[in-house]
Amino acid sequence: MLVLERVTKRFNEFTAVDNLSLQIPERELFGFLGANGAGKTTTFRMILGILQANEGMIHWNGQPINYKSSPLIGYLPEERGLYPKMKVKEQIVYLARLRGMDKKEAAIETDRWLERFHVPDYAGKKVEELSKGNQQKIQFISSVVHKPQLLILDEPFSGLDPVNVELLKEAVVDLKESGTTIVFSSHRMEHVEELCENLCMMHKGRPVVHGRLRDIKRSFGRKNVFVQADFDLGFLEEIRGVLRTKRTAEGMLLQIDKEETSQTIFSALQEKGFVTKFELEEPSLNDIFIEKAGASYD
Amino acid sequence: MTNFWMILSQSYINKFKTKAFIITTVLVAAVIMIAGNMEKIFSYFDDEDKEMKIAVVDQMGGLYEPFKGQLAAITEDLTVVQTEQTENQLKKEVTKGTYKGYLLLKREADGLPAGTYKAENIANSEITSDIRQALQALKTMEVAGKLQLTSEQIQMWNAPVTFDTIALAKGAKSEEELMQAQILVYLLLFFIYFSVIMYANMIASDVAIEKSSRVMEILISSVSPVKQMFAKIIGIGLLGLTQLVIWFAIAYFTMTNQPKGSLVSSIGLKSIPVTMIVYAVLLFILGYFLYATIAALLGSLVSRLEDVQQMMTPLTLLVMVGFFISMYGLSNPESPFITATSYVPFFTPMILFVRISLLSIPVWEVVLGFGVLVAAILLFGVIGARIYKGGVLMYGKSNSLKDMKKALELSKDN
Repeated sequence: MLVLERVTKRFNEFTAVDNLSLQIPERELFGFLGANGAGKTTTFRMILGILQANEGMIHWNGQPINYKSSPLIGYLPEERGLYPKMKVKEQIVYLARLRGMDKKEAAIETDRWLERFHVPDYAGKKVEELSKGNQQKIQFISSVVHKPQLLILDEPFSGLDPVNVELLKEAVVDLKESGTTIVFSSHRMEHVEELCENLCMMHKGRPVVHGRLRDIKRSFGRKNVFVQADFDLGFLEEIRGVLRTKRTAEGMLLQIDKEETSQTIFSALQEKGFVTKFELEEPSLNDIFIEKAGASYD
Repeated sequence: MTNFWMILSQSYINKFKTKAFIITTVLVAAVIMIAGNMEKIFSYFDDEDKEMKIAVVDQMGGLYEPFKGQLAAITEDLTVVQTEQTENQLKKEVTKGTYKGYLLLKREADGLPAGTYKAENIANSEITSDIRQALQALKTMEVAGKLQLTSEQIQMWNAPVTFDTIALAKGAKSEEELMQAQILVYLLLFFIYFSVIMYANMIASDVAIEKSSRVMEILISSVSPVKQMFAKIIGIGLLGLTQLVIWFAIAYFTMTNQPKGSLVSSIGLKSIPVTMIVYAVLLFILGYFLYATIAALLGSLVSRLEDVQQMMTPLTLLVMVGFFISMYGLSNPESPFITATSYVPFFTPMILFVRISLLSIPVWEVVLGFGVLVAAILLFGVIGARIYKGGVLMYGKSNSLKDMKKALELSKDN
């Protein structure tokens, strides 16, 4: 279990992480969200031991994390980084060995992962010769090749095409199934909704939402209504309980304060004309994010 | 294999394989071989010039034959031809290339021989000095003849004075040894200067590459930055030693394969005192460590490779100042200025080496010099490690020395 206990990190006057407490059980895929500058990367760096917290404790299975525990940990930084002139396989093996893996085993594992990501031909190529997406696959491999117990992925899916996103998602889920504890941050809420059971949302260094995804959605209270009709829907904005509206190409998306409001909308629509679609939806994580973390990623 | 050794061998092997390293090593090795065989090469080209002919106009008669005799005793490379042609004709012949130049011989009012040499250009000082010598000898002969001196008397007149210098201090070097030492010190100084600049730059840009390619973030999450820094410094230091050994081996081989009596063999690499080599290697290693630590901390402050040069300029200037002071020290090793600067750690590697090699300084002074240097290395090692630790986490256009403070603060709690 990864435990953060009342962790605070200050840079001079600026408090990057403020009194953060988290408990992430083993075999968990934990989502860590927040706008730019919310303190995600600083938290990751503290978990990794690159930065030391001013206050609080960070433990992995009861042990403090330091360079001795580096073989247990894998890290995919947000700012991707590999030696541009080094060959792919050589590089992955070198980085794996720095995390305490045996050379032979590292070579075997590297080949297995390159195969899995459909890029075995790149083993002998220099990293700078690869496309950005492929560099990212290599980066991902280098963070998991040494079979870490705790894996930290900072924006693992950014900059990938949908096919490769699926490929990486599958890999992440497989790693979780096989017992790896994974903490990952993403700007794409749908990825978090799809993958995580538990999550934490950061805003200005503080956790604003924390818990099970289902509970979070339920306690958020608000719901969405989607309406598609062949007449103008502008009047719906006036109905009490409608918090926000957004016109889309096909219709209108309304955020409402509680479930009952949907029925008011439904009856208001009935006399106006032909309604092709009326749908009551769970709030999306994106809605919660915009409300709680106060920023949009689009 | 521990992480430390892994990073060490990684930086060694990776740099060893680079084109830049191979090219510099081979190029310098070639320069050493060419320089060592300079005389052979010169004499090869000299062959063509052997046919140098000079026309001589004996304006008053009776001077040509004795002049020719004297000149033949001085050099074999010049052939003189007596001619009666006018100056205008001779000028044309010189332009055509028949003659290198022409010499007008006459007697002055006092009856002594004199000459004027005219050629297209008078850049070849070897010819003019040969002619001057021959004329001088001719004049001496004639004066001696007038004074009715015997040939024995002439010999006594010409015999050089006996003058020896002997150093009284124990272990002091004889003049001949001193000359040898000066040349060697010069070569070794140049080597220290050159390689310290080269390797310090290599380290700084290596760190900057790791930072700009952002691989640093992965590295520092695996291995502590301090460990990384020193592993890199030692790895590249070993690379420098490898290069040094290669070049020394080639220099030794070239110099020992020279014909007896040639200039290069007179430098006498064979007869270098072993202690001098030991001191050179020791001071090279220590000097390297001092400058490499500083270079690593400077490299950790920049985020882009292009900024490295700007950051390294003060350091390069410091090495240059040390080099120029030691050049001055080469001819004035006993100057108090040299003594004082040899204890300034940045200059110690070069200037202390000059003093050790050319003077016989007491042991405590050598120990003091080394002590100061080691202390400075430790000091900069500690400061460098702390700045490095914070510096590698800083991004943005951080390339001023002000950022050192920022980096120190960032690493303070670590």
